[in-house]
Amino acid sequence: MEAIGFPVLSLIIFIPIVAAVIILFLPREGTDLIRGVAITAAAAMFALSLFVYLNYNASVADIAAAQSSLLAQAGRDSEIVDLNLRVGAESSTVLVGQEMTATQMFHDGLAFEERVEWLPQLGISYHVGVDGMNAPMVLLTGMVAVAGVLVSWKVSDRTREFMAFFLLLVAGVYGVFLAIDMFLLFFFYELAIFPMYLLIATWGWVPLREYAAMKLTLYILIGSVVALVGVIAMVIVANQFFLGTGAGIFQTAQTAGILPESATEFSFSMTHLTLAAENGAFDVSGYAGVDGLTFGRLWFPFIFIGFAVLAGLFPFHNWSPDGHVAAPTAVSMIHAGVLMKLGAYAALRAGVQLLPDGAQVHLPWIVFLTLMNVVYGAFIAFRQRDFKYLIGFSSVSHMGLVAMGISTMNLTGMTGAGLQMFSHGAMTALFFGCVGMVYDRAHTRDIPSLGGFMKVMPWVGVAFIIGGLTSMGMPGFSGFIAEFPIFQGMWRASEQIALDIGPLHLTNYYAVIVIISALAIIITAAYVLRVTGQVFFGEFDRAKFPDVGDITVRERFVLLFLGTPLVLLGMAPFIMAPMLESGMRPVLALLGGM
Amino acid sequence: MPFDFLQSLPSIAPEVGLMIMAVVVLFLDMYLAESQRRGIAYVAGIGLLAIAALTFFAWAPTADTQGLYWGGTIRFDTLAHLFKIIVLIAAAITCMIAVDTRGIARQGEFYLLIIVSTLGATLMCGAADLVVVFLALETTTIPLYVLAAFKRDDKRSVESGMKYFLFGSFASAIMLYGLSLLYGFSGQTNLYDIATFLGTDAFSTNAAPVLIAIALIVAGFGFKISAAPFHFWTPDVYEGAPTPVTAFLSVASKAASFALMVRFFTAVFPTDLVIDGQLISGFWTQLAAVLALLSMTFGNLVALAQKNVKRLLAYSSIAQAGYTLMGVAALTSSADIGVASIAFYMFMYTFTNLLAFGVLIYFTEATGGENIRDLAGLSRRNPMLALAMTIALLSLAGIPPAAGFFGKFFLFQAAVNANLTWLAIAGVLNAIVALYYYLVVIKVMYVDHGEFEEMAIPVSRPGGWLLAGAALAVILLGTVLATPLFDWATRGAAGL
Repeated sequence: MEAIGFPVLSLIIFIPIVAAVIILFLPREGTDLIRGVAITAAAAMFALSLFVYLNYNASVADIAAAQSSLLAQAGRDSEIVDLNLRVGAESSTVLVGQEMTATQMFHDGLAFEERVEWLPQLGISYHVGVDGMNAPMVLLTGMVAVAGVLVSWKVSDRTREFMAFFLLLVAGVYGVFLAIDMFLLFFFYELAIFPMYLLIATWGWVPLREYAAMKLTLYILIGSVVALVGVIAMVIVANQFFLGTGAGIFQTAQTAGILPESATEFSFSMTHLTLAAENGAFDVSGYAGVDGLTFGRLWFPFIFIGFAVLAGLFPFHNWSPDGHVAAPTAVSMIHAGVLMKLGAYAALRAGVQLLPDGAQVHLPWIVFLTLMNVVYGAFIAFRQRDFKYLIGFSSVSHMGLVAMGISTMNLTGMTGAGLQMFSHGAMTALFFGCVGMVYDRAHTRDIPSLGGFMKVMPWVGVAFIIGGLTSMGMPGFSGFIAEFPIFQGMWRASEQIALDIGPLHLTNYYAVIVIISALAIIITAAYVLRVTGQVFFGEFDRAKFPDVGDITVRERFVLLFLGTPLVLLGMAPFIMAPMLESGMRPVLALLGGM
Repeated sequence: MPFDFLQSLPSIAPEVGLMIMAVVVLFLDMYLAESQRRGIAYVAGIGLLAIAALTFFAWAPTADTQGLYWGGTIRFDTLAHLFKIIVLIAAAITCMIAVDTRGIARQGEFYLLIIVSTLGATLMCGAADLVVVFLALETTTIPLYVLAAFKRDDKRSVESGMKYFLFGSFASAIMLYGLSLLYGFSGQTNLYDIATFLGTDAFSTNAAPVLIAIALIVAGFGFKISAAPFHFWTPDVYEGAPTPVTAFLSVASKAASFALMVRFFTAVFPTDLVIDGQLISGFWTQLAAVLALLSMTFGNLVALAQKNVKRLLAYSSIAQAGYTLMGVAALTSSADIGVASIAFYMFMYTFTNLLAFGVLIYFTEATGGENIRDLAGLSRRNPMLALAMTIALLSLAGIPPAAGFFGKFFLFQAAVNANLTWLAIAGVLNAIVALYYYLVVIKVMYVDHGEFEEMAIPVSRPGGWLLAGAALAVILLGTVLATPLFDWATRGAAGL
């Protein structure tokens, strides 16, 4: 793709930072000005994100064609999914001549790249880019940022600090999605955590906020710092590999332009690490002096689960419902809508893409955790009386599907996981928006005591129903487009993946898991219908809710803004699915499939 | 090498400058009227900054000029250069914050003592001879004993000075014993000559004396950098001493001690030194790793229970010493990254800690409170002060974009690189524990409501600029300035 004249991705990351700094220096009383700056920044980010998305989408067909031809050159069939190529096979299965197919696919898929050396001695660069995997996430972040600023319009306690921290949070999220350098990814990951803490602890729901904010922060940080040590170790192993047996590969990659001229053997760049992964640098037996142990097998659980904590993976999901309930509406939206995807995305990038060998060993058991997410989350959601807790637990359940899609390790399932990330992001932001609007007026979230809100707030009612239909995977809505491929991928995977636990040899168990999770969708339908019935239908008690009136134009816009993509994607999956496929293909090639 | 006075001068130019400064301050104190003495602080602060700037620009070592000077007693290289600048900046900022502290602002001898202590600390950074090492250590510490007890009417301050003195002299004695052992069996006082001697066959039969000497010296350093289990004095001294003194001693003497420690381990006991079949560097690596683990864990766990901000920062400083010791432990297998990460950490730690103490000084001067609880509602009373404190605490916790993130990252990387992955894991888990108590302070400032919400907290204009500058430095060091600083630190490692 030809270069665009200006650094659009850097603009996306730095607009919110600059806006936040400007806001901090505005006078405290100038609330209108503060809001104006915030919404302008958010709108600009969204516009740029949409631009990036559409621009990338236009070239997806070319990228897919290029990928097929690369795979054909490497002698791999682009249709057949055969994981057995690598499962159980000895290390360094890669054939000479195709040693960088996947890396090249990944590299060629990147667009809007910007690369500036930051700490060259340590192989750290400011390197951002967009590929099929993160472009939808960038768009999602832009949407939720705009919606978040709009629903926080009426925050009156220290508006200045609220908006500034909110924009910093958005900047951090963007940074993680756009980073192609692992160090940069961590930098922004940690950057996002602090504003989130302060937003929840300061502006959240009083009874719970301090506890929930601290719990959330500690959970997420523990996961990420353990992953950080893993990635440092990974970079060191890759360095040794490229200095030793992989020296030739490194040179070839430089000549081929996959790695930049200035690249050194020591680097945090994902391209660099992908190349090492593809050539088996992390599959060498005897790591840490233990026979049969490879780097990938040891570190994958720490890196994958370390990030997946933020995606709410069972049993580390505990922070999530409390965090969502305690957070102010805008933060719940960005939290459930975008931040949880951040975890899944980072787990996919740093875990599966960089340690494919470890993924094949560990994902077959991690899938049980995702099953727990889906089923347990749904059952707990069913039992909730608190409107916001219900949405919080439904998020846990839906995010389980994302991790489940990743665990299939085939194109269908992983594309489904990507779609589910986007779909759930918009849907759950919509849900939290609805809950916030009801709570602002009714001052209670107790489901049984609400009722008949359809009459007074028809927009919220309709929006909630759209979200609900998406959430139960009704055809015509994006939820279906996402869940169907995940389940399909699970079926496919069930023929290929086996798990040995001691003497037990499990085969075809993915099929069992998918049946159970499909049944959990019924529970989802049940609680969505129950809450819709109880909150929005029935008799409205004017005496109980004297202040409840219809929502403002601004709020209607928020609902429309978040609801539209759900329907649009449901009707026309082709606006996103091919892009995600192109993004997942390099990962699949690394896993040895296709 | 023939003695050339002019060529030898740059190696001690900062010390000469400090000497002149000390005399100037002494005379100003004598001749200025009481009402005009506030000016002394600015003379001292700006003078120290000027020396720092001159050191940075004019008196920098190059590949040609680095080496031993003054009969081998002073080492002139980038490591010494970098740490001297850290110490000078720390002293300059301390003088300029002290100007708004009651009971100190107009006392000329306060600035005199700070300058003399700085003189000792800069000398420590370049010391290459056992005699100079000990002289420098004492020149640094003795003024600090006096400074800790500077508020004569305050019982806590006097107690703090006394404790510091007793523990300090004890530690000095232990260290001196270690140094005398080294001299005893080598007959040399120059660090590099001792290393040469230890490497010869003359000393190849028994490793025990060397190990004992190392243990004693490490114990002495452990006291200076307040590493567990030699940290006993830290909380009481930090709490009792006047806050500017606490700020100074928490950064300057710690940084200089780390410089000297790096010098000792790389010069006297180099990586490849084997005595009687025992790898000496293996011994001190283990020692440093254990001290690192103890300090981090102990400092952070005890900090959780603190209610006083100064005590909290004291325990946090014990933990920070622990993180930095990870860099020392990494010196054997990756000397350059190890040294560079220590230097980077100390550089950013100086700004960070001075920022935290600076905010605390203005807060305490206005309200009299120094408990965490007293900070409640600070973000409403003075949002900028709260923001500055937040930046400092985030940097201590290692959260980007504050410089602490890079600092910790370099240290962890050095540890992993040196095959000390377990230490790095212990480090990151400790960072989480630390984050908890830093976040609690931030929460109190932003979320809690205090009794005096309406009373604003005044900050003098120069003070405001100073804090803003320090906060900006912390942010810049964590983003764009990280590269040049790390470059510089790496060069320091290369010139050892």
